[in-house]
Amino acid sequence: MKNALLKALKRIEPDKAKSPFMHTAYDAFFTFAFTPNLTTKDGVHIRDGMDLKRQMVHVVLALQVLYLFGTYNIGHQHFVALGEYTGFLQGVHLKLIYGLIKIIPIFIVTHVVGLGIEFYYAYKKGHGVEEGFLVSGALIPLIMPPDIPLWILGVSVAFAVWIGKEAFGGTGMNILNIALLSRVFVFFAYPTYISGDEVWIAGIEKAAEGGYFGQAYGAVYGFFDNIFAGLGLATFGAGGSAVVDGYTGATPLAIASKEGWGAVTETYTTGQMLWGTIPGSIGESSKPLIIVGALFLIITKIADWKIMVSMVFGAAVMALLLNAWGATEFMEVPWYYQFYMGSFLFAMAFMATDPVTASATSSGKWIYGFLIGFVGMIVRVLNPAYPEGWMLAILFMNVFAPLIDHYVLQANINRRAKRIKAIMKSETPDKPAPATAQVQA
Amino acid sequence: MKQTVSKGILLILAMGAYTTSWAQAESGGNGFGSVLTYSLIAIAVLIFFFLIVQVSNNLLSIEAKQLGIDEEGGEVGPGNEGFLGRLFQPKRPAFLDESTPVTYLRRGHDIALEGEAALSIDESVQATTYAVQPPNFLGISPIPKMLVEEGSEVKAGDHLFFDKTRPEMKWVAPVSGEVIGIERGAKRAITAVTILADKEQQYRELSAFDLDNSSREQLVEYLLDAGAWTLLRQRPFNVVADYNEVPRDIFISSFDTAPLAPNLDFVVEGQEAAFQKGLDVLAKLTSGSVYLGLNANGETAPAKAFTEATGVKQRWFHGKHPAGNVGVQIHHTKPISLNAKVWTLGVQEVLTLGKIFTEQRFNAERIVAVTGAELKKPVYLKTKAGAKIADLLKDNLANDHVRYISGDVLSGKRKEQDSYLNYYDDQLTVVEEGDDYALFGWLLPSFNTPSISTTFPSALIPDMKFKAETNTHGERRAFVVTGNYESVLPMDLYPQELMKSILVGDFEKMEGLGLPELVEEDVALCEFVCVSKQPVQQILRQGLDTMREQA
Repeated sequence: MKNALLKALKRIEPDKAKSPFMHTAYDAFFTFAFTPNLTTKDGVHIRDGMDLKRQMVHVVLALQVLYLFGTYNIGHQHFVALGEYTGFLQGVHLKLIYGLIKIIPIFIVTHVVGLGIEFYYAYKKGHGVEEGFLVSGALIPLIMPPDIPLWILGVSVAFAVWIGKEAFGGTGMNILNIALLSRVFVFFAYPTYISGDEVWIAGIEKAAEGGYFGQAYGAVYGFFDNIFAGLGLATFGAGGSAVVDGYTGATPLAIASKEGWGAVTETYTTGQMLWGTIPGSIGESSKPLIIVGALFLIITKIADWKIMVSMVFGAAVMALLLNAWGATEFMEVPWYYQFYMGSFLFAMAFMATDPVTASATSSGKWIYGFLIGFVGMIVRVLNPAYPEGWMLAILFMNVFAPLIDHYVLQANINRRAKRIKAIMKSETPDKPAPATAQVQA
Repeated sequence: MKQTVSKGILLILAMGAYTTSWAQAESGGNGFGSVLTYSLIAIAVLIFFFLIVQVSNNLLSIEAKQLGIDEEGGEVGPGNEGFLGRLFQPKRPAFLDESTPVTYLRRGHDIALEGEAALSIDESVQATTYAVQPPNFLGISPIPKMLVEEGSEVKAGDHLFFDKTRPEMKWVAPVSGEVIGIERGAKRAITAVTILADKEQQYRELSAFDLDNSSREQLVEYLLDAGAWTLLRQRPFNVVADYNEVPRDIFISSFDTAPLAPNLDFVVEGQEAAFQKGLDVLAKLTSGSVYLGLNANGETAPAKAFTEATGVKQRWFHGKHPAGNVGVQIHHTKPISLNAKVWTLGVQEVLTLGKIFTEQRFNAERIVAVTGAELKKPVYLKTKAGAKIADLLKDNLANDHVRYISGDVLSGKRKEQDSYLNYYDDQLTVVEEGDDYALFGWLLPSFNTPSISTTFPSALIPDMKFKAETNTHGERRAFVVTGNYESVLPMDLYPQELMKSILVGDFEKMEGLGLPELVEEDVALCEFVCVSKQPVQQILRQGLDTMREQA
């Protein structure tokens, strides 16, 4: 079977000289199907089985459960806002289809734009398509609000890949985390689409006369309605019904930043926050699943546990200090509950651990992680406009990672120089120089 | 050290005092009292922990001084053996008594391959052709001056050629026979002088040398004439030793941890006297000491030749590959720099050196391990330095789509069937060429792929042996993953940053980050694990070459 597939693929290989762009694209897909038949030249004769593709794919694998949950949660939040199927397992098919209809275009636009730019540069520079966007492309949909307009998404991805990565020389050369760069682009260029209360729930509109309404369901939903009706299941219907009274769609963080922890628990239970059936970016909400992903990355040694641990530590220290200060309601939120809200764990597991933009040295990683946690908590709690800090903290520390590394390396250089000096000093010849001393006999 | 500690404590106290006064000044506001409480608790915990670490560290170093590990004033096991590292020290080998210091190297990786040589010497296989290859010797001029021509008859130990820039440095024939070829490569550089060996070996008899009653200069002169100088290599740069220099120390590793490497305990069997003689000679050549690295791995003690060697300082090392590399051992014993030069030798070179004095002839005998899963019978062979590969593999190949490697699979050199083993190599490895496509290689859990990654199921099976093949398992990429190189190199340095500094040509950083301490074999494992498939050894050599030109 393998040989037949190989033959079939080899037959459709475009000519490299005639159509280089097609060949680049072909090569990208071919190397995906088959590890190339390259052998070692000089240097080592055998190589570790791990390559960048395998490395990156394992991150994507760790994200799959988040995709599953995130998709379902888009639908779940939508229906909860409308007061329908409020139980988590009610209307499963509707929630799932609703989520898929939202997330698939986001996923496709992200990849078409991102990979398009990657392919173009690979063709321009004449090398194979690099794997960096595998992970970025899987992360970006998870950190966007479900209703993000697709053109904004496209522009932000293009900005991140073009300015953030290709301008610096491609995968492995970027200074800032690509996925976060695309999010921060939306955050600064189109803030109303990624902050506030209503953006985190899909398909909710503000009516002209005030109050929120569910959007009318389009033709795609009608298509599924036909199927569901045929199967005797509940259908989407026409839509346009009003949101339940008093429902704001505010995330726990948004509530906590204004009214403190007490107000949060009036709206959401801690169980809800833990399991993630709350509004938010698509993939950030389910803590247990993120922890599963993080453990997967730690066990497979793909992400660095030092960054994750020190980041938790840094955030906890700052949260404790803020607790002690306690000047505002938000500061008084018990420090451990800070981890229940927002995207801390997602940022810790998948964003801060990006090896390209993180510190490269072991001691540097401790410092880097700790400072992300520390700074991120400051941004989250003391920022009057926007109650979340990890995106900005990580990007901030991305910029400082090379500086941290510089000092770690300098310390290493000094330590080494000191050792050599100590040895040179203690260099008292423990026997007389043989050349002169022993001739007499 | 004490100063740093007291400074640290003072700083923390000052911070505490500052916080207190600040908190009192602001105490009108609510919550500042608890800032004070929290910070005081935090500081107390920190100081407590700091003191514990400090006290135990001091106790450990006092103990180390008593045991004599610390006599050079350096840290014990720098960087690698931290405070916590010592807590979880592996079990001390049973054959060592309590007072013997052992350096435990935590980082590293053993690649278990199929095709280990059985511990017996196959006397039936004899090579007929041998070669001395000038490119094996780094730091000499590329076109040495020939003293023989094609067709000349030579005895083992006769001079073949000398270095143009240093005429005293002479290379000698490993066997007696007829010079059948002087092969030339690019720019007419001599690549090999080949000799067809006689059935009956004849040796150039050397005059006896009185080791005890001669000066170092006389010894150097004697060794240069005997052709023994080429056995010595000098670090940094791994070049042929310079006879005008007196090395700070001489280092020998008595065990090899590379994949399928020859068992040197087996090799040295029956040659104890020659080995000890070699050590005695070396002791005269250095102003410092001769250090012998010993193997603290495994259940049984190393050969008596090593454990009972006299006139040397013994250092025990426990750990995975590259614990047996002399470079790693130097780093943990007495590190080198550009100005602090040391010499190194392999065990078989020491034997040849010793035999010059015990047998009065240049006996380049090598016991070579012929290894690899592609052989019918991996075994040890008794031959001479620079034997022809085809001769050594006679009727032993199970597969013909293979690669011949002089040395081990990590740092060995690629050879053809009709070429020769390199001068310093005592191992021939044959592995399968892996020029095949693997379907979904980036995803599927393949069993026959050696890796340090736990994404392969083989990580769950300890002691699993792999069938080596030469596929790269991926394409070359820019550096992405960090921390991998460090995880397999038990030295206090940052190999990936060093590689980057070489690539950008930053001399100061190269030297500072420890380039003089490394040679190719030390970073070979880094190249093996490299996810981006970078040619780490090649980059390192590039750095060493440019640095040598500058120096």
